[in-house]
Amino acid sequence: MKLDRRQFIKQAAISSAFATAGALFPGISFGDWSRLTQNSGIISWQKSPCRFCGTGCGVLVGVSDGRAVAVKGDPNCSVNKGLCCMKGYHSVQALYGKDRLTKALVRKNGTLVEVPIQEALDLIAQKLQETRDKYGKDSVAMYGSGQWTIPDGYVASKLFKGCLGTNNVEANARLCMASAVTGFMTSFGIDEPMGCYEDIDHANVFITWGNNMAEMHPVLFSRMLAQRKNRTDVKIIDFATRNTRTSQAADKSIIFKPQTDLAVANAICYEIIKNDWVNWNFVNDHVSFHKGKTNIGYGTEDHFAFTDKAESISFEDFEIFLEDYTPEKVEKISGVAAKDIKYLASVYGDPTVKVTSFWCMGMNQHTRGTWINNLVYNIHLLVGKISTPGNSPFSLTGQPSACGTVREVGTLTHALPHGVVMNEHDREMAAKIWEVPVENIDPKPTYHTVEMFRALDRGDIRFMWIQVTNPMVTMPNLRRYRDGALKEDRFVVVSDVYPTPTTDIADVILPAAMWIEQEGLYGNSERRTQHFDQIVDPPGEAMSDTWQIIEVARRLGFEKQFPWAESEYIEKIWEEYRLFHAGPKHEMAPYTLLTQRSGVQWPFVNGKETRWRFNPKHDPACTNGKDFDFYGKKDNRAWIWARPYEPAAESPDAEYNFWLNTGRVLEHWHTGSMTRRVPVLHNAVPSAYVEIHPEDAAELGVVNGEKVKIISRRGEITMPAQINGRGVPVRGMVFVPFFDESYLINEVTLDAFCPISKQPDYKKCAVRLEKV
Amino acid sequence: MPIFSYLALPREGARETLRAELSSLEYCQIIPADNKDLFVLVTDTPDEDIERALQKKLKNIDSLQSLSLTFGCDDQD
Repeated sequence: MKLDRRQFIKQAAISSAFATAGALFPGISFGDWSRLTQNSGIISWQKSPCRFCGTGCGVLVGVSDGRAVAVKGDPNCSVNKGLCCMKGYHSVQALYGKDRLTKALVRKNGTLVEVPIQEALDLIAQKLQETRDKYGKDSVAMYGSGQWTIPDGYVASKLFKGCLGTNNVEANARLCMASAVTGFMTSFGIDEPMGCYEDIDHANVFITWGNNMAEMHPVLFSRMLAQRKNRTDVKIIDFATRNTRTSQAADKSIIFKPQTDLAVANAICYEIIKNDWVNWNFVNDHVSFHKGKTNIGYGTEDHFAFTDKAESISFEDFEIFLEDYTPEKVEKISGVAAKDIKYLASVYGDPTVKVTSFWCMGMNQHTRGTWINNLVYNIHLLVGKISTPGNSPFSLTGQPSACGTVREVGTLTHALPHGVVMNEHDREMAAKIWEVPVENIDPKPTYHTVEMFRALDRGDIRFMWIQVTNPMVTMPNLRRYRDGALKEDRFVVVSDVYPTPTTDIADVILPAAMWIEQEGLYGNSERRTQHFDQIVDPPGEAMSDTWQIIEVARRLGFEKQFPWAESEYIEKIWEEYRLFHAGPKHEMAPYTLLTQRSGVQWPFVNGKETRWRFNPKHDPACTNGKDFDFYGKKDNRAWIWARPYEPAAESPDAEYNFWLNTGRVLEHWHTGSMTRRVPVLHNAVPSAYVEIHPEDAAELGVVNGEKVKIISRRGEITMPAQINGRGVPVRGMVFVPFFDESYLINEVTLDAFCPISKQPDYKKCAVRLEKV
Repeated sequence: MPIFSYLALPREGARETLRAELSSLEYCQIIPADNKDLFVLVTDTPDEDIERALQKKLKNIDSLQSLSLTFGCDDQD
């Protein structure tokens, strides 16, 4: 039924009341409303996970006359319990920007011209085949996203790894959570958090490690604030390199110098051992100690290669290693007062206090990202605060399906839906399920993301298909990779919903269905798989990314591997994909159940979700008969690593005397290609800026809004200054958000990465400032 | 033709009484919370006179502890 103006206002009145109630009474639910409105005929509501961040809030999308007109929090979703953030409430407006891509475009004589989408798909298949024939199987590549649905990533992996025989599949999640994966793999031998968001309801102290949750995970932060309001024994400690809204809301804010979180984490361990706060029963039964290589480099050169080597050490060796990290020594490195380090250690060390540590990009986008993940696990493991309600080292993700699609499906060069390409058993499993010869699956990984774009620049890759991401804004040291993509004899296909700097370099642009214009599944930060139906029609000839890949695969002769009808392909793909994860460690819920619930957590065994892994009270995969079972490692123990402090790849010096830190803001989703088309969000933060400490600004002679030139060894950019805004960097640091394609800050950043995870560090490089 | 929405809190133990009293009023729609003693009240009246009369009735409901405005629109069209 069509919604008239008056009905629309009434809906707005109700939504406003719900939002206010949600803010005043976190967790409040109006579950009956959806049933009532379904019956009223005014507006129909259907469930979906939110399109934006990795929190995975459940939303109810209101549809009238075939158009998505409203959003409210899903009270049946345990993630957000009816809450939404401002991006979530406005999310459906991102479907209806005036410049949606609705037709395929092909570059002819330098100009993009509209063609029927089937013609564009023919051309893609032809170019892909020609490139393979001329330059070899590893000359073609797929670059996807943590915003890919699970079926998108699955068919991409199946086509490229299983059928075309190249491991040239990567995703932008390499840029946001690869260090979290290698952190989990090196410490626990298995990926993804052991805890869940219910930890928030049990923890007494939350420590945010370089993580501005108030802006990046606002609904989870609201849940933390609600706990602090409702209970007398809850505190929030923000440990960061810059003052943010999270710092302002915290009970205590501790600022450290960039990169020195490594030293502080070690100092916390030193204090825990010195004061005998170690949980010896836990450590003796469940932990082993190790060290790896040191002075491991930064990956700034092409073809950089590094393989770590683990060596067992004793507890005593670990204790000796930590002698370099007394609080007094670390105070000099980190700028954190020794008494604050001791305070943090005392919080972790107090057996009566439940501690949850949260982190995201600050620890992951780090040239020692794997190490700092290891070190925070070290702290929790020493005191045994892990895998129990409220005691959780919790790595958050940034994208709605970074976990579901990239980590679980395995859309990274070394990965498969189960395991890795290097493992013969894993290749055999994939070949069997995919019905391809096992020889098709190459046992050698090829290029991680940075190296993949370097290969495009060098000419080792000649064909690249980019879906659901915007690398011509997000790649560090951007100028090199944009120039590389524009070189002669490169063919770039981009599937997207709006024009972006990445579609600017495309030879073919495919219009993509967005979010609820297709059926799909995401997987959030707490191992929750979330299904959504197609709720509205895509515009014009827009097509789901999954179906685009299937169309090309069939043109290349792989009808047998991609046989599904358009009416049922998501269900069929899901049930095929589930075969990879059969068993108590990763069993996924069946399709039918996922369509009914607002997300289901895996392992899903015997009809039950697993809240806390490695704990036999909750996790059916535990079999050792003890109070914990860290079954990911062969020694059935969690690993504590001796990892030293090593400096950043590039630090301020006499010529380039400021740190540059980059990141996000509450109102915008990543590169802003969707949220900048939502008027409320765009008007809230219409353009990017550079945050400068007021004293640095005074020395430069710059006032709010005046233009500042930021210069690095790689490029320069001029943009307005923001002084005493929502975020205030420390002296000697500037911060720039990356959502605004008018100010490509990544032309300035450095493409150094963690040698283990290959994730770039967007938080640290050296720049100088000039008043314009 | 005003439309307003409110959060309506009942006096202690008077949730069902308040539900009944608000439900009996013309031009009112209520949406009860599932897990709190709280109602969303939406009023949709045809003109200002009726709106004023309704406001008066709302003020006289004994089971109502507080009424907090969350949205207002006087649509003259």
